Amino acid sequence: MTMKMERKLIQGDFIPRADDELIVCRCEEITQGEIRKAVYDGMFTMNEVKRYLRAGMGLCQGQTCSRLVQNIIARELGLAPGEVEISTSRSPARPIQMKQMAKDGVKK
Amino acid sequence: MQKKEVIIVGGGVIGCAIAYYLARLNVKALVIESEEIGHGGSSRNGGGVRQSARDPRELPLAMHAIRYIWPDLSDELGVDVEYCQEGNLRLAKTEEHIKILERVIAQGISLGLDLRLIDQQEVREICPYVSDEVIAASYCPTDGHGNPMVTTLAYYKRAREMGAEFITGEMVQSILIRKGKVGGIKTNLGTYESDQVILAAGYESRAIANTVGIDIPMQRTLVEALVTDQQPYMFPQMIGTAASDFYGHQTKHGSFVFGGMTGMEPYGSEVDNPITRSITAPSICRAILGYFPAIGQANIVRTWSGWLDVCADHVPILSKVDELPGLTLACAFSGHGYGIAPAVGQSIAELVINGNPTLSLDAFRYDRFQPKS
Repeated sequence: MTMKMERKLIQGDFIPRADDELIVCRCEEITQGEIRKAVYDGMFTMNEVKRYLRAGMGLCQGQTCSRLVQNIIARELGLAPGEVEISTSRSPARPIQMKQMAKDGVKK
Repeated sequence: MQKKEVIIVGGGVIGCAIAYYLARLNVKALVIESEEIGHGGSSRNGGGVRQSARDPRELPLAMHAIRYIWPDLSDELGVDVEYCQEGNLRLAKTEEHIKILERVIAQGISLGLDLRLIDQQEVREICPYVSDEVIAASYCPTDGHGNPMVTTLAYYKRAREMGAEFITGEMVQSILIRKGKVGGIKTNLGTYESDQVILAAGYESRAIANTVGIDIPMQRTLVEALVTDQQPYMFPQMIGTAASDFYGHQTKHGSFVFGGMTGMEPYGSEVDNPITRSITAPSICRAILGYFPAIGQANIVRTWSGWLDVCADHVPILSKVDELPGLTLACAFSGHGYGIAPAVGQSIAELVINGNPTLSLDAFRYDRFQPKS
């Protein structure tokens, strides 16, 4: 089970940062600013940020940006990175064509 | 601790939608979710916003949501929920399939739905990518799809901004009774007082309702789906089949989301977490390629699974509980809760606050189940 979190509003307006244009998720071209704003909007876990923005949902499935996204969420919430649970990894480990996958498990 | 006006158990699309519509009625609910927002079926979901082939009891909810809520929902919530109303095609390959569709169509028409059988040529005009094997389809032009994950989070975000409270990572264990009425809830970490508790926790609602002697006849069933990489735009319709071998659509992003059943789902090994099994994705792929050969070159980037909370009669329970004033049930959606979630959220909010929802919920009472005589 995940850590208890009270989803209170973050006080004050969203404050942009100079480096918010930095692209964090390369597959889906999601910037640091978008991730920071998602946290401000209440997305406090990696899965929520992923589902809200598609960060980590592209071709590499977060293999490149997971730790970066984790760090940004942690920093915004004042947590240690390890306190932000990493997103669920899902099969297949690498993309596989549907016509290949279709051959699996069928008697020749 | 301060007494809450309403406590909602479960932070899925149903719980978050109820919280939003309560906030619109100036009632600030507390939502308690054991995992994270949208952890269950709300993020393990084909995204259909469909009226065709709905149970007649559920159809008014779907029609209301599609007519009055879905079209403006993105603007209303301030987040693009990717609602796309470009119709539903249910494809047929055999005469048997056409017979199945004719039954579905006759029922839909009798309830005022724009639903018709179209021939091979018309199917191709609407969706040029179907294979030669497809000989007909049912077509409902007002059906469509949305993004269930974002819809859930959009309801959550807006409800939170309007004053609803949300706590995640805290598990509700039982309902507290005070003087014969609901007094609150007990969690793994403490207690919360309230006169009104709404159970919207999917299958987990059953164990919680059991703590006050109320049972909900539902089962947990595994469903699995696969997601492809981004593809060029192909077609906007929601796709199903008369054979029920797969369903899915192309998302706004360009990826396809496809679900399907192998037939072995009820006999999987007993595990607590939904897992994807090695037999399922290949089985779904084979089904899809029979209808859409051109999609065969798309890459699968992930697979996922989730639990359905399948009710004994396959429609949800949306009901107050007579024996325990203050307890309301909104669960057992049986795999088709997403499309009706806006109408359910609105109706349950009204039911709890004034006992008189705009849409009748009489068909969804908790005490409708009778054993054989």
